Amino acid sequence: MITKHKYDVWGTVTILITLFYVAFLVVPLGMIFYQAFFDKETHMLTMDYFIKFFSNKYYFMTLLNSLAVSLSVTVLAVLIGVPLGYFFAVYRIRGKRFMEVLILIASVSAPFIGAYSWILLFGRSGVVTAALSTIGIEMPSIYGFWGIVLVLTFRMFPLIFLYVQGAMKNVDESLLEASESLGRTKIQTFFTVVLPLITPTILAGSLLVFMRAMSDFGTPMLIGGGYRTFPALIYTQFMSEISGDDGFASTIAIIAIILMAIIFMVQRLAANKFSFKMNALHPVTISEHTNWSKVLVHIFTYVTIAIAIIPQVYVIYTSFKNTNGLIFVDGYSFMSYTQAFDKLGSSIWNTIRIPAIALLVIVLFSILIAYVTVRRRTKATGALDIVSMIPYIVPGSVIGIAFSITYRNPWFTVPGLALMLIALVLRRMQYTIRSSVATLSQIPISTEEAAISLGASKFKTFFSVTMPMMSAGIISGAILSWISLITELSSSIILYTTKTQTLTVAIYSQVLRGNYGIAAALSTILTVLTIISILISMKVSDGRKKEKN
Amino acid sequence: MKVNITIKNAVKKYGNNTVISGMNVKVKGGEFFTLLGPSGCGKTTLLRMIAGFNSIEGGDFYFNDKRINQMDPGKRNIGMVFQNYAIFPHLSVANNVAFGLKNRKISKEQLPIETDKFLKLMQIFEFRDRMPDKLSGGQQQRVALARALVIKPAVLLMDEPLSNLDAKLRVEMRGVIKEIQNKMGITTVYVTHDQEEAMAVSDRIAVLNKGEIQHIGTPKDLYQRPANLFVATFIGRTNIFEAELNKTILTLKDGFSVKLNNLIDEKHSGKVQLSVRPEEFVITDDKDSIHAVIDDSIFLGLNTHYFAHIAKTNEKIEIIQESSISNIIPRGTKINVKLNLEKINLFDESGDQNLILGVKNDNEA
Repeated sequence: MITKHKYDVWGTVTILITLFYVAFLVVPLGMIFYQAFFDKETHMLTMDYFIKFFSNKYYFMTLLNSLAVSLSVTVLAVLIGVPLGYFFAVYRIRGKRFMEVLILIASVSAPFIGAYSWILLFGRSGVVTAALSTIGIEMPSIYGFWGIVLVLTFRMFPLIFLYVQGAMKNVDESLLEASESLGRTKIQTFFTVVLPLITPTILAGSLLVFMRAMSDFGTPMLIGGGYRTFPALIYTQFMSEISGDDGFASTIAIIAIILMAIIFMVQRLAANKFSFKMNALHPVTISEHTNWSKVLVHIFTYVTIAIAIIPQVYVIYTSFKNTNGLIFVDGYSFMSYTQAFDKLGSSIWNTIRIPAIALLVIVLFSILIAYVTVRRRTKATGALDIVSMIPYIVPGSVIGIAFSITYRNPWFTVPGLALMLIALVLRRMQYTIRSSVATLSQIPISTEEAAISLGASKFKTFFSVTMPMMSAGIISGAILSWISLITELSSSIILYTTKTQTLTVAIYSQVLRGNYGIAAALSTILTVLTIISILISMKVSDGRKKEKN
Repeated sequence: MKVNITIKNAVKKYGNNTVISGMNVKVKGGEFFTLLGPSGCGKTTLLRMIAGFNSIEGGDFYFNDKRINQMDPGKRNIGMVFQNYAIFPHLSVANNVAFGLKNRKISKEQLPIETDKFLKLMQIFEFRDRMPDKLSGGQQQRVALARALVIKPAVLLMDEPLSNLDAKLRVEMRGVIKEIQNKMGITTVYVTHDQEEAMAVSDRIAVLNKGEIQHIGTPKDLYQRPANLFVATFIGRTNIFEAELNKTILTLKDGFSVKLNNLIDEKHSGKVQLSVRPEEFVITDDKDSIHAVIDDSIFLGLNTHYFAHIAKTNEKIEIIQESSISNIIPRGTKINVKLNLEKINLFDESGDQNLILGVKNDNEA
C-alpha cells in the first residue's frame, strides 16, 4: 500500500542514495549508450556498430556461445544442486558439517582459479593428461565449450544447493507427512510436493547462476580456447590498444545488458507465478531411509563435492612445489610464497583493505535502502528498489568500462581507488540489500509501532528495535557481500592501478604470464582468506543460535 | 486522572474507498469498552486511529479535551497490546517491559523497581531474564500486557489480544485482563470478533458492521434488547421467524398468535421479524401453542439443546432447556412450545429497528 508520508530524514536519505545511483550507475550506463549509438567524430546517431555486430558471425557467435554456456551451466547446476540440497535436509549424511564447509569454499572461490587448476590437471600438458597418455589413453580436450561448462557448473551448483537448503527449512514436515499419509511414496512426495514448493527458490537460484555464468570473464579467457564468449569480447575490444574500439565494446555491452534484462524479467514473472507463502512450524527433519538409498546418496554427495573441491586442493598443493622459472620441478618449499610476497605482497593488503571499506559502505547503504523501500513505500523508493537491482544484470566488465569511459576523461579523472571501491559497492551490494529487505519485510510493523506507542522516537525505534531485529539478515548478507568482494575480478581487472592491485587481479595476470607457482601461492592465500571469512561467519551464526537457546 | 475518549464524525479512507464514514463514540473514563464486529467491520481500523497508526481522514479525536488527531502515537500516552503481541525478539522479558520506561524520565533506581512490580503483577517475574522465543503464547501475552501497563498509560488499547491463544488459555487470560483493568481503573478500548469474549470482559460494547456502529450498550442490554436484527443475530444465538403484526397481535406463519403488551407503537401493522433465543422457548402441555417435532438433542450438563422443526412450516428451531432428571425427549416426539413474551424481540420487516420497549442504545448516530 502506498501511503503519504511527511517529508523527514528518510526523504533526505532517499534523495542521497538516488543521487549516488544516478552518478555511478545511470550516468556511466548512459555514456555507454551514447558511445554505442553515436559516432565518435560526427556525434551523429549511428547504427553502424550494431550492424557490425549482427552482420559479422565472429562477433555474433559470442552471444550465442554465452547463451549456450549459461543455459547448460544453469541446467546442470540445478540437476546437481537440488538433489544435494534435498538430501542434506532429509538424510543423515556422514561428515555433513564438513561437507557444508567444503561446498561453501567451492562456492566462493574465484571461478577462474578453478579453470586454471583444471588446466593444470587436464590441460595440454596437465598432470592427468600426461599420466594417461603414457598408458595410451587420450583425454578429450578440456579447452572450449565443455571445459567452461565443467568449471562453471562445479563452481555454481553450490549456489543452488545453498538456496535449496534454505528453502527446505521453510517446508513444514507436516506437508510431507500429509502427502505420505495420502499414499504417496517419498519419491512421489518429492516431485509433487517438495519440488513445487521450492520451485520459486530454484528459479531465483537459477537466475543467479545464469547471470553469473553469462557475465563470467575469467573462465572463458583461460579455458575457452577458441570458444569466445561476449564478456571476453568486450574486454578485448576495450583493452586492446591496436584493434580495440570503445564504441564497439559499448555496443556489445548494451546488447548484453538488454539480453540479461529480458532474462531477468522472464524469471521475475515465472517466480511470481510460482510463489508461495511458507512458514514452517516444524521444519523438515531427517527421516528413515532404506540402506541402498543411503549408500547412493553418500556416493553422489561425496563424488560431487570432491569434483567441486579438487581444483582448490590441487592449487594449494602446487603452491608448495618448487619452481624453476615458469615450470614446476621436484621438491617442495615455500619458494612460490617468498616470490609472491616479494613481488605482490601489497595485493594481499589491498584485498583486505579495499573490500573492507566497500563493505562498510554496503552495510550502511543496504540498511537505509531496505528501510526506505520496505517501510516507506512511495513511488520514489519503489524506483530506488528497481534501480538497486540494475547491477544484477550488468556484467562487471561493463561496469568497469562504463566507469573508465565516464570518469577517466580528458577533463577530470576520479582516482582509481575510488572507482574500484564504487564499482565493488555497486556490484556486491545486492546480497546485503536483498537479505536486509527480506528480513525487514518479515518483521511485523506492529513491533515498531509497539516501540513508538511506548514513547520511543522514530530515530530511537530505528536504532533500538528495527536495526537489532534486522541484524541477522544484515550480517548474513554482509558475509556474502564480503566473500564476493574479495573474489571480484571482472570490474577490478579494468579499473585497477598498480597501487590498488588485488589478489584476484594479481593471480589472473600471473596465470596469463604462465607464472603458475606464484599464482598458486596467491590463490592459496585468497582461499585461506575466504575460509577464514566462512569460519568466522559460521561462528557468528552459531553464536547467535546459542544465544537464543 | 481517568481519561475519556471522544470520537466525533470519524472518517477513514483508503484511497477512494471509505471504510468508516462519520462514526461517533464516547468512551467513559476508566471504562472497559469493546469494539465488536465481524472481520472487515472497521473495528481495528478505528482502534489504530485512536492509537495514531492510521491516518484520520475526517472528524475529531479527543482524549478528555485534548484533540489528538495530529499527535504522534508516542505522545498520546497509550499502552497498546497487539494481536501478535509484537514482543521485541532481541530483548529479554525484563527489557521488553522496561522499554517504555526508558523513554520516560524515570530515575535509574526506580526503573528496575517499576519493571519488577509489573512483572510480578503479571506473574512473569520468574521469566524476567528469558528471551521471548522461549515463552509460551500465554506468557508472551503477559509480557505484552506488562509492557503496555508499566508506563501507566492514559488509555489501554488492545487489538484482538487473545485470538492467538488456545481456548482454555483465552478464558484464563480474559480473566487476567479484566482483573488488571479493574485494579488499575484505566480507560480501555478492546477489539475482538468474539462476542462471548466481549461479553465476558466489557463494561460496554459497541457492535460494528460494515463501518457503522449498530448498537452501544452493556452486554446485558445488547443481549436482551438488541437495537436491530444484526445485533440480535451477532450477539448470542437466536431463531428468526417471519411473522405478521396486527396492532398488538402477533401471528406466526403456522397460525399461532399472541398478544404483545410491550410494543413501542401499538398501532403498527405489517410484516415483522421475530427473534426468539433458544432459551426463550418454553416446552408446555398447553395445546394452544406452536407444534413442533424434535429432530435431535445435545446434552451439555447444565442445559440440554433440542433441534426441532415446526410441524406446519418445517422451519428449524433451536430450543435450550435446563436439564432435568427425567429422560431427554427422544427424536420424533411431538412437542408444544410457547414463547417467553417478556424476553422475545420483534423487528420491523427490514430488521433495522426493534419494536419492543426497553432498548438502551448509546449510539448517537
